[in-house]
Amino acid sequence: MTKKLANLKEFIPLYLMMIPCAVYLIINNYIPMVGIVSAFKKFRITDGILGSPWVGLKNFEYLFRSHDLAIIIRNTLLYNASFIIVNTIVGLFLAILISEIKNEKMKKLYQSSILLPFTLSMVIVSYIVFAFLSQKNGMLNNSIFKNNPVEWYSDPSWWPLILILVQCWKTVGYGALIYIAGIATIDRSLYEAAAIDGAGKWTQIKHITLPALLPSIITMFLLSVSRIGYSDFGLFYLIPQGSGTLFNVTSTIDTYVYSTMMAPGGIGRSAATGLMQALVGFILIVLANALVRKLSSKDAIF
Amino acid sequence: MIENKSYQITFNVIYLFIALIMILPLVLLFISSITDDNALLANGYSFFPSKFSLEAYGYMVTNSSTILRAYGVTIVVTVLGTVIGLVITALMSFSLSIRNLPGNRVISFFVFFTMLFNGGLVPTYIMWTSLGVVNTIWAYVFPFLLTNAFNIVLIRSYFVSSIPNELYESAKIDGAGYFRIFWKMAIPLGKPILATIGLFSCLLYWNDWLNGLYFITDPGQYSIQALLNRMSQNIQSVINSTSSSTSVMNLPQASIRMAIAFIAILPILVMYPFIQKYFANGIMKGAVKG
Repeated sequence: MTKKLANLKEFIPLYLMMIPCAVYLIINNYIPMVGIVSAFKKFRITDGILGSPWVGLKNFEYLFRSHDLAIIIRNTLLYNASFIIVNTIVGLFLAILISEIKNEKMKKLYQSSILLPFTLSMVIVSYIVFAFLSQKNGMLNNSIFKNNPVEWYSDPSWWPLILILVQCWKTVGYGALIYIAGIATIDRSLYEAAAIDGAGKWTQIKHITLPALLPSIITMFLLSVSRIGYSDFGLFYLIPQGSGTLFNVTSTIDTYVYSTMMAPGGIGRSAATGLMQALVGFILIVLANALVRKLSSKDAIF
Repeated sequence: MIENKSYQITFNVIYLFIALIMILPLVLLFISSITDDNALLANGYSFFPSKFSLEAYGYMVTNSSTILRAYGVTIVVTVLGTVIGLVITALMSFSLSIRNLPGNRVISFFVFFTMLFNGGLVPTYIMWTSLGVVNTIWAYVFPFLLTNAFNIVLIRSYFVSSIPNELYESAKIDGAGYFRIFWKMAIPLGKPILATIGLFSCLLYWNDWLNGLYFITDPGQYSIQALLNRMSQNIQSVINSTSSSTSVMNLPQASIRMAIAFIAILPILVMYPFIQKYFANGIMKGAVKG
């Protein structure tokens, strides 16, 4: 026993070193997990989460009875699905094309340019989008649509396209770089052998590049699937400039959680929505991880 | 060989086009900021405006207090957040990299579980609000961004693979405790991964507007992103809130917005050529999530 204690003594510095991070995780992550009981309460600021009265499943009932729930779930899932498809295809295209370019200097320039939008904040992006779409003096209405200007911020029909384009523009460079890294690891002699056998560029891509990239495509795909219940709050909250008429096509679970939280008396409903999101996220991430582990065990997260 | 050359030309033309799509929106932002405000309102945002003017920048210089203060908040928050975040992340990662630490598995689970499940926005918001971070600089530093399990995993596996066990043994024989090993070995050896995570953390803090949206109501405490966010709703109340003497009438509304947005990204644009390579490497190693 004393030996065991003496043994433990050696590790005391390590335990001390963990304390700051552990305290942070408890405050930022664990105590809020307990706070999900607010989904079953009628929240009153003066009473706090624990002191507020229980209301059972009332918050959930309210949520399920409104039409909003179906809309935000549909939007979240459909947008995420489109983002996954579009970003994978465009990212692969950018990566394969860049790997075919011989001039190293130009290659670096291209690589820098596709990553640049990734470094901007969504607020800045929303300003840029506004410069293009502003109804009165946006660039598009003043040049291309001069004769019949589009009421961008009140016309829902364009928004799925706009949001997909903006999301792709901002983030595609990130995925492309992962694919570029994947292509760099492919043995060049495979291409030479294929070329000698008379395989053209397209055949080489189909039979060498794509199969070699498959593991990273699958991992990226599963990781995004595991986050399919979540969305980039900034994209959906800032880019449409909070336009209420666009609610049907631009609101997602995350924007709904925020706006109901800020609405008077909405905290319970907001917490209920957040809890459902977290539960679904939990199930999906565990499933996705199990799948990754099966397909390529070294890419599993845990 | 000729065919190869025509291939190269085609590829380069396509990629130049893509590069333009990536860069031109930023150019539009800049050009709008140096466009005369009336020309902007009359003819709209354009790459070829009818009249240039530096009025927006002049206005910013004469009314610099709001913007300078927001800039200051952003810089302080970025430095504080990155440094504190890196230190606590590195300490935790290092400790977890010691495999024979009693309780390692339990603590690892404690850390990684935060990746799987979270309380959601409402409880987190209430938690930080009740800790009194509202309208202080800490509201930008602490909630959501400071550290996360993913970074801990990354740094831990870096430590595990880059510090051989024999080093610990020999350090122990020389009488060094874990504190010394951390400072003298783990930190120097872990520099590449720490630099990458630090850089990404800087970028996150610089670009963060969410904490400002959630926790800041006092215009005197706006960071540059929070200022921009509020400004898109009401430029006058924001820009005049700290300098009441300015006349509202001649405020170059549209172009000053773009000008402030441009100076908000200026540091990123200036640094970008130098740090781009680290970003790219960090992403390519799959090291940093998005």
